[in-house]
Amino acid sequence: MSKVLSQKFYDEMKKLEPRYPNKVALLLPALHQAQEESGWLPPEVLEEIGAYVGIHPAQVREVASFYTMYNLKPVGKYHLKVCTNVACCLRGSDEIVEHLEKKWDIACGETTSDRKFTLMEEECLGACGTAPAMMVNDDYYENLDIPAIEKIIAGLA
Amino acid sequence: MHPALQAETLYIQHFRKKDEARPLSYYLEQMQGYTALGKALKMAPDAVIDEVKKSNLRGRGGAGFPTGMKWGFIPKQSPKPKYVVCNADESEPGTFKDRDIMRYTPHLLIEGMIIAGHAIGSKIGYIYIRGEYTREAKLLDQAIAEAYSKGYLGKNILGSGHDFDLTVHRGAGAYICGEETALLNSLEGKRGEPRVKPPFPAQAGAFSGPTVVNNVETLANVPFIVNRGGEWFSSLGKVERSGGTRLISVSGHVKKPGVYELPAGAVTIRELIYDICGGITDDKKLKAVIPGGSSAPVLTPDEIDVVYDIEPLMKIGTMMGSAALMVVSEDYCAVKLIKRITKFYAHESCGQCTPCREGCKWMEDILHRIEDGHGREQDLALLLDIADNINGKTLCALGDAAAGPVSSFVRKFKGEFEAHIRGKKCPNV
Ligand SMILES: Cc1cc2nc3c(=O)[nH]c(=O)nc-3n(C[C@H](O)[C@H](O)[C@H](O)COP(=O)(O)O)c2cc1C
Ligand code: SF4
Ligand code: FES
Repeated sequence: MSKVLSQKFYDEMKKLEPRYPNKVALLLPALHQAQEESGWLPPEVLEEIGAYVGIHPAQVREVASFYTMYNLKPVGKYHLKVCTNVACCLRGSDEIVEHLEKKWDIACGETTSDRKFTLMEEECLGACGTAPAMMVNDDYYENLDIPAIEKIIAGLA
Repeated sequence: MHPALQAETLYIQHFRKKDEARPLSYYLEQMQGYTALGKALKMAPDAVIDEVKKSNLRGRGGAGFPTGMKWGFIPKQSPKPKYVVCNADESEPGTFKDRDIMRYTPHLLIEGMIIAGHAIGSKIGYIYIRGEYTREAKLLDQAIAEAYSKGYLGKNILGSGHDFDLTVHRGAGAYICGEETALLNSLEGKRGEPRVKPPFPAQAGAFSGPTVVNNVETLANVPFIVNRGGEWFSSLGKVERSGGTRLISVSGHVKKPGVYELPAGAVTIRELIYDICGGITDDKKLKAVIPGGSSAPVLTPDEIDVVYDIEPLMKIGTMMGSAALMVVSEDYCAVKLIKRITKFYAHESCGQCTPCREGCKWMEDILHRIEDGHGREQDLALLLDIADNINGKTLCALGDAAAGPVSSFVRKFKGEFEAHIRGKKCPNV
């Protein structure tokens, strides 16, 4: 089987190995590292990670699918996760989600046809004091309203 | 200014300096950095535990368990390695205080963990941080590298013969991983499903070794306790059996949301909202307060003269939880709010226990139909019945966390629920 994961992936894992008593504990770090490289986790990646930590690919999928951050389907270039939990919904996150759904003509969970944006509703992001909050890929944006969102989106090339 | 705001703070004065407070140099110069570690390493492990017991430090993660007692449960001898695990999952809705500790004073947490390691005889620590906090995970990695380079971490720390290694482990988006045994499964590379207890983590935790799991803020308090003494820390608290200060996350409809640090038990909820946080947004009337993260049963305006601390809140049937206070003003619909909260628990239930898996979803569906104007007269009794059948009947506390809020909302906002059912629509719009 030809390898799909990069040398960088294996180098990063080598550094982490001595920090855990067994290899299976590297599963979450490995999934994070792989997703950072390819944006999502296609079946061949899950298979190779399974071979690396020493478990069946089905077990890798069973674990990966438990966690919402692992994308088992491709996502857009910009993955918008808008928090709609209590503090954010008290401060208007519903309008933001509605605005984006209309703007892109997609529902939450979907990707625009140019594959540029994926929109998701998110649970509390731990930014409730600066609500409403969202993430775009790994970055937080807080104190949002519709003009602020428009400005952020305009800045995403 | 409210007098409680003039009390000594351990954290906020440094948080205000933001990025300037983060480097090791600041920690060493301005915060007596790593002097507590030097002191603790010269103490017998049991003496450290005694100091923490004296401090009346109670867990800041949610349950308020006395930290010194928890450390005392760890067996002295163990054939398996022991572990110190920091719960940095910060996933209880409404909570955002641990983020500030990790951003601005990460060395407090690191030093606290090394001291905990010495106290329980552990050489290995993990910080389990929620996956979304990528920035904070990187900042912790940098701070850990600084600590290694100066010999505070690694082999033979400060010439003491004690070793301690520390690793940041990122979660990947699952509220339930804040529950300590789910967290341990997740750390081991498994699905984040809570374990059956016993065995408790103190007997068989991470990788089956005896394990202490503590919240970020709990551990960050430890250097202060060692440096200035358990009695001093205890005396900061204004109520019995509750030492130190509390980092309180305030969100929702207040003029000045944010993280506040106040001596434990120094204010009532009313003072917190009106004197500390500037009152309700647009000077509206208060409708409801959720005092301890979304898992805490709701309070109404006639109940807010209660002292904001663990035991006073327990006495009135709710909880302080992670000290996350969410404030709701008069025009927000109570049904919509509890539906959103319940949707969260239904989504985050790991599915192992039938009452939680089925019950949360069922409650969500009923609340949804009431909100939409399709509710039935018997739905309120049904909601209470389902909540009752979840409460205390599940493996972990997520079940109770979902049930308590539903029964409290139905009981305390009964009129508003009935108006939805009878009027066949939301009376608030
Ligand atoms: C559903 C659920 C979620 C929890 N989430 C968190 C969390 O995000 N952070 C935390 O520190 N504790 C959380 N806890 C509490 C932990 O199980 C555990 O009691 C705590 O980490 C112990 O640390 P402490 O004694 O320092 O508070 C949660 C508990 C439950 C039942
Ligand atoms: S109570 Fe809910 S979340 Fe907790 S173990 Fe049972 S099903 Fe899972
Ligand atoms: S509720 Fe949105 S960040 Fe906490």
